[in-house]
Amino acid sequence: MDDYILEMRNISKTFPGVKALTDVSFKVRRGEIHCLVGENGAGKSTLMKVLSGVYPYGTYTGDIIFDGKEQRFTSISDSVKAGIVIIYQELALFPDLSVYENIYAGNEVQRSGLVDWNETIVRAGRMLKKVKLDVNPETLVKDLGVGKQQLVEIAKALSKDVKLLILDEPTAALNENDSENLLQLLRELKQQGITCIMISHKLKEVMAIADKATVLRDGRTICTLDAAKGEITENVIIKHMVGREIEDIYPKRTNKNFGEKVFELRNWTAYDPQAGRNVATDVNLHVRKGEIVGIAGLMGSGRTELALSIFGNPKGYRLQGEMLVEGKPKTFRHPSEAIREGIAYVTEDRKGNGLFLIQDIKWNITAANLWKVAGGGWINENEEIRVSDYYKKALNIKAPSVEQLVGNLSGGNQQKVSLGKWMFVGPKLLILDEPTRGIDVGAKYEIYTIMNELISQGMSIIMISSELGEVLGMSDRVYVMAEGRITGELAIEEADQEKIMQFATL
Amino acid sequence: MNLQVNDSRTVARGGGFFQEMLSLLKVNVREYGMYIALFVIMLIFSILTDGLFMSSRNISNLLDATGYIAVLAVGMTLVIVIRHIDLSVGYAAGFMGAIAAILLSQFGLPVYLTIPIILLIGIIAGLINGFLVASVGIPAFVATLAGMLIFRGALLRVTEKTGTINVRDDWFNAIGNGYVPAITQVGGLSLSALVIGAVAIILYILSEIRNRRNKIKYNFEVVSGSIFVLKLVFVSAIIAYITWILAGYNGISWTVVIMLLVVIAYHFLTTKTVLGRHIYAVGSNPEAAHLSGINVKKITYVVFGSMGMLSALSGILFTSRLQSASPTAGTLFELDAIAAAYVGGVSAAGGVGKVTGSIIGAIVMASLSSGMNLLGVGISYQYMIRGGVLALAVIFDVMTRKKRG
Repeated sequence: MDDYILEMRNISKTFPGVKALTDVSFKVRRGEIHCLVGENGAGKSTLMKVLSGVYPYGTYTGDIIFDGKEQRFTSISDSVKAGIVIIYQELALFPDLSVYENIYAGNEVQRSGLVDWNETIVRAGRMLKKVKLDVNPETLVKDLGVGKQQLVEIAKALSKDVKLLILDEPTAALNENDSENLLQLLRELKQQGITCIMISHKLKEVMAIADKATVLRDGRTICTLDAAKGEITENVIIKHMVGREIEDIYPKRTNKNFGEKVFELRNWTAYDPQAGRNVATDVNLHVRKGEIVGIAGLMGSGRTELALSIFGNPKGYRLQGEMLVEGKPKTFRHPSEAIREGIAYVTEDRKGNGLFLIQDIKWNITAANLWKVAGGGWINENEEIRVSDYYKKALNIKAPSVEQLVGNLSGGNQQKVSLGKWMFVGPKLLILDEPTRGIDVGAKYEIYTIMNELISQGMSIIMISSELGEVLGMSDRVYVMAEGRITGELAIEEADQEKIMQFATL
Repeated sequence: MNLQVNDSRTVARGGGFFQEMLSLLKVNVREYGMYIALFVIMLIFSILTDGLFMSSRNISNLLDATGYIAVLAVGMTLVIVIRHIDLSVGYAAGFMGAIAAILLSQFGLPVYLTIPIILLIGIIAGLINGFLVASVGIPAFVATLAGMLIFRGALLRVTEKTGTINVRDDWFNAIGNGYVPAITQVGGLSLSALVIGAVAIILYILSEIRNRRNKIKYNFEVVSGSIFVLKLVFVSAIIAYITWILAGYNGISWTVVIMLLVVIAYHFLTTKTVLGRHIYAVGSNPEAAHLSGINVKKITYVVFGSMGMLSALSGILFTSRLQSASPTAGTLFELDAIAAAYVGGVSAAGGVGKVTGSIIGAIVMASLSSGMNLLGVGISYQYMIRGGVLALAVIFDVMTRKKRG
């Protein structure tokens, strides 16, 4: 007799105009690690939101049986009471509160109506020990790295007597070391009888940790794979995810003719007065026409800060050194000046500072170059729809029309809107910061193809990426950054994962 | 009165006439809801007052009394859209009205010089707010609260010796009390008003037809022919009715003309121009706007500068209507303007809200006051009822937004 802790039966969920889930069935056995994989927009997050009560009972159809009982959650607190805790990709911690306050936030240890802080600290220490996090419980969360913050989230979940722990892309923001630690921790929690559902795009992780993996595609359950039967392999998962075999994750580029230097930094140093330190030190780099230059490095190595210091310096760093665009020295005081010189920056945080989520697709695509569809300050709305429709088709943005709100799109499609926005500007140099973070394999392939297409049109690309496979698969040349410095430069022929990691940890 | 340019390309084709109308209503429920609410309020008051509420005289007075709040509400809409607030506008209007009165009666400056000077002072005052908010980084609530106290003091100071300052300039007083000359009466109706109404209807129909042709040329979806004609007839009928009402009293007042010009200018500015789009971009996501090359500081200056100018205009309208400047002029104008903007559908989260909505919001609030005054409702109940309507409007707003999200 199978002991299922969770059965979701025939779950369907509709948003206005979009059927997000169709008849999804999903079963998780007690004490296993069950991975949920699928392309972006396949319905993974929606399914987990149904499970955790974010979408309350009645807004979906189908049954949820948890711990032997049918459950009708009307809010997140209902599901927490039942023992289901979900940890989102974007961590939900209070940065200005201490670790122990965070762990017991919303679940305060009380004695006769007052919070018992001493007891809280003691208990928090116990939880931290469980997740093997060796920090003082009184440390402020903002002083911890992302990896440790992730562990605080898990400690918080454990403090609530969790039976089923759901992790949404837990390693997306972590470096390899922290990721490995996290996976190890999940294995140990499994020994303690905690069931775990993990949503992940990193198939290597899935293979390393999953007992079972369920594949969703287009809002339907495709299959559940069993590790014990040797079914969980990269090829099998990808095949089910995209419904086709992908020969190569990285599309090949044939023309590798590089032209003149389009962009160059000489002894470039950026000092952040708020943090009181250099975020980039003595950086020398260049990009040639038609070249994809990868910038590898660990989280926090200063890559995003370097990009921002180039792109009009929105954070107000103090800059030193020389920047050359097509051989001519330039200084930018505002992103608009960088854009005018043909530099574009696609941010790593598309929801936070990349897109206008409450506006529609056409609005977003023309946002950085509105004058192109305006005569004398007046917007030609019809022309705007025409050009945005062109990018919608060219980039294969999946939406009913260009008047769809961007906040309603899946991550991959949002990223395509970001790309469309900058393609409409027509830059010479495109800086892509984590271009495929949180995006599924199919959409990744599309984005790589777009990058190659742009290169063949004579553009140059700087690609900042934490995924070594991507760096190696797409770049023509690789710079490695560590602690704000360029620690290595590698031609693609001589680059491999070990060498990059060596430079990154210098 | 209706300046709505309808964006309903997303409405699915096919289905019957009523189905299409229903889906149109559903998509635009928040916007239409406001018009429906205004209609219901007017209908109720008409019934309760035996038609007195919709009489030419009352509607004319109602619109004139709305003018100085309506122009503030237009500016406030943009301030709230970029996630700020301006508490200084009430006493700023009072103070600048007083300065106008002083320039006219004590310095004997002509009207055609006084008005530009006052508007300029308004813009400068607004830019100072913009400087404090955008360049120094003080929260708008605090910066403009300080402005409110300073303007209040300044108003008391300039009216200290004289008390209420009377304005005897007929040209100036006509702004708040005069009407577009009738030229001649046609069956007891003002000819000029009828002509203006007819021209408005013709312009409206022509622009709608041009829009539709353009969309068809680009192969975009448009509403079906019958809905289109129905809309034209409906809006034209409303313009005709309002014209007829106003023509039956003294015609169209200069206050209404100014209010219309401000609304039309700001409506086009916000929906059709690059500047307007940039304002909404800053409101939707300031960081993304900055990284898209939009100068967030400049936009903040522009929006506060425009707010200052409209405060000055509001002061001119109010002073002219009372034909005098008093030490208490402008009291609570800012809250009425903020209330009108929220009733009209702006969102404090930024990036959402229409200028036309705020005008309707202002008219809704004014209608409530006017109707309750006619019915002899006590002032205590008036405040409570208006507060309730404000809360209801925002609740409705939040509910419809949730459903769509």
